Amino acid sequence: MANHLFFPLLVPLVSAVLATLVSQRRVIARSIALAAVLFNLGYSIWLLLAVGATGRMVTQADDFAAPFGISLVADGLSAIMLALTSVMMLVTMLYSFSTVSPYRERYYYYPLLLLLLFGCGGAFLTGDLFNLYVWFEVLLVASFGLITLGGERGQLEGGLKYVVLNLLGSTSFLVGAGLLYGVAGTLNMAHLSERLGTLEHSGIVTAVAGFFLFAYSSKAGLAPLFFWLPASYHTPSIAVTALFGGLLSKVGIYALYRVFGTVFQRELAWLAPLILLVAGVTMVVGVIGAMAQVNVRRILAFHIVSQMGYMAMGLGLAGTVGLAAGILFMAHNIVVKTALFLIGGTAEHLSGTGELKQMGGMARREPILAGLWLLASFSLAGLPPLSGFFGKLGLIQVGLEQGQWLMVGVAAAVSLFTLFSMLKIWNEVFWKKAYVDQTGMPRASALLLAPSALLVALSIAIGFGASPVLNYSRYSAEQVFNTQRLVQDVCGSAGCEAVTSTAN
Amino acid sequence: MTFVLSLVVGTLFAGAAYLMLRRSVVKLILGMALLSHGTNLLLFLMGDGVVKGMPPFVDEATGVTPTAAADPLNQALILTAIVINFGFTAFILALAYRANQAVGSDDLDDMVETDRL
Amino acid sequence: MYESMILRTIARLMLPLLLLLSLFMVVRGHHLPGGGFVGGLLAAAAIILQIVAFGPDYAREIVPINYLRLAAIGIGSATCWGLLALLQGEPFMAARWLDTAIPGIGKLGTPVMFDVGVYLTVIGVTTQLALVLAEEPTLYPLRRPPPRTEPVAPEA
Repeated sequence: MANHLFFPLLVPLVSAVLATLVSQRRVIARSIALAAVLFNLGYSIWLLLAVGATGRMVTQADDFAAPFGISLVADGLSAIMLALTSVMMLVTMLYSFSTVSPYRERYYYYPLLLLLLFGCGGAFLTGDLFNLYVWFEVLLVASFGLITLGGERGQLEGGLKYVVLNLLGSTSFLVGAGLLYGVAGTLNMAHLSERLGTLEHSGIVTAVAGFFLFAYSSKAGLAPLFFWLPASYHTPSIAVTALFGGLLSKVGIYALYRVFGTVFQRELAWLAPLILLVAGVTMVVGVIGAMAQVNVRRILAFHIVSQMGYMAMGLGLAGTVGLAAGILFMAHNIVVKTALFLIGGTAEHLSGTGELKQMGGMARREPILAGLWLLASFSLAGLPPLSGFFGKLGLIQVGLEQGQWLMVGVAAAVSLFTLFSMLKIWNEVFWKKAYVDQTGMPRASALLLAPSALLVALSIAIGFGASPVLNYSRYSAEQVFNTQRLVQDVCGSAGCEAVTSTAN
Repeated sequence: MTFVLSLVVGTLFAGAAYLMLRRSVVKLILGMALLSHGTNLLLFLMGDGVVKGMPPFVDEATGVTPTAAADPLNQALILTAIVINFGFTAFILALAYRANQAVGSDDLDDMVETDRL
Repeated sequence: MYESMILRTIARLMLPLLLLLSLFMVVRGHHLPGGGFVGGLLAAAAIILQIVAFGPDYAREIVPINYLRLAAIGIGSATCWGLLALLQGEPFMAARWLDTAIPGIGKLGTPVMFDVGVYLTVIGVTTQLALVLAEEPTLYPLRRPPPRTEPVAPEA
């Protein structure tokens, strides 16, 4: 029993409570939030190493035996996501110390961030489908609060679309979970994978899988369900946009990997062509949408959509190697996307506007910022030796092995268009001469630059240390697909079915 | 009974779809409320509560669970879903109210500021 | 203005009764229908009744609590009772019971205390929601007239 798995959930929760109680005193609230995030960071790095060394860790709330109670399961994928969550949260928190207005900070900004950390941690650690729903709602509540915090007109409009479409996705998730409980009589993922394997293949399970596909795709922003994403992600404060763009949208992809890799394996094989089609369309639509935009954060928001296609492609390749490439790409993308939002956001913060036309001259004024942007955008486009190259290389290799020529072609072409969009921002924001008066413009302080510098360094590190990262993502992908081992780890060596039949 | 309730679920979903496709924000919210009610009823139908009908309580005198006791898990799931929907409905009502103040209209087609280039 | 004499009289009478009933629900809740959530809703309903009858200012006056803090304290205490077992090396939420029953209340244990935390949270969240919405001037007209200020002298 790995009872310590509760700590990365309880520490943010208790800190959120404390930070709510002292929300009027910013310094105390900041330090509480920072302490909780640092604890989670340390814990998740330890977990990453421990899971890599000893394998899956499991615990049950209130000591209920496995398929009856609520299981927490930490495997490689959970550990990677948990670690990345903590890093992103730390970085955005540091960034928000110097950018978020005191009014918003007092209006429960840090409690909401901690609640988001709590929800993400729960979603990554739970081993129960209904609990996954509940954790999704927890992080949705926090994200609703964060996206509308401040109450500007754009935030309210974008927030309304964000809320409505995400709630539709959640409802679909709930319907799917209910139907699945009706079909299989359990909601524990390990038990589900065991039971669905023995059920004779009927259309109903495929239909239920469709509900889950709809739900997670709408949360991840896959075509044609992505419209809420570019409509809302550029409206809140920069730190929040960076966190959402980098991390939050990937929770949907994580759920796709987890549920389709573990629970719906047969359906995955059947739905794989559809997922690949969706992935290809998402890539193309996202990147074309970005070309039409003239606002830094909106261009980046459309690129989130485009990159989601690559992650869905990892799942659509329907196998351990494909999923491993997908996980590697996701890890890279979380880091780089957050970095890009922070860098672009800093330029926006300094210029006072995000419209490309009114910006410029940033390369001369802020050479460090410009250098960071170049590195991060090349990484996003996939130039070696940065992390994006290995992420895309893995996906394209697996695609070639499986003979998915069209998919590979689309993925490669979209990379070029990504580079085009990134160079557009480079030209307009950094390279061109400023046409507006910039004499009163503030300089970027070290506090504004450090978070993105940290992330760019992490991206370079992933690029140069690609082999251990790739090995770890292979290891996690194998764990996701190896349901036999999962059942043994969660329910004991006899399996979940044995536990339920003796209990009756 | 199951058949009748399934018809009710279907009707709720249909009404929700109709309301959500209107342009008014208030109707959209009403539609989402209907949708969540339909979902809760669907969760209820997925258990054996309709067939068995006894509350899932252990008999205090004998300490035995009656054989006709319904599956308690569905009810727990529904309760959770109701609580979550309650919170979200309150939030979205407040959000819609504020958006209405900011935009000066109840029409979703007027809320296009974030979609403009 | 919606000033109803009948509603106001009943609301005044119902406040203590409903609050007592809500406590009863919490205590009863562990083995019988009831519990922290239902109790919390009852207590919140009692306060919301005051809002409906007398307006939000009066409701804040007679139950002077910061409801958001109450909710936070509720969540915090519920978590802490679950932590007890975790710190003793058992899974989170594993139950701890007192050996002897207290007359009139029954056996006390961490699940009961967890329920009390839920009770506080539900009161806090629900009442806060209702209050914040009721305090919007255009949404709910039942408010006290603003404090009288000195008339501003007309400008010359």
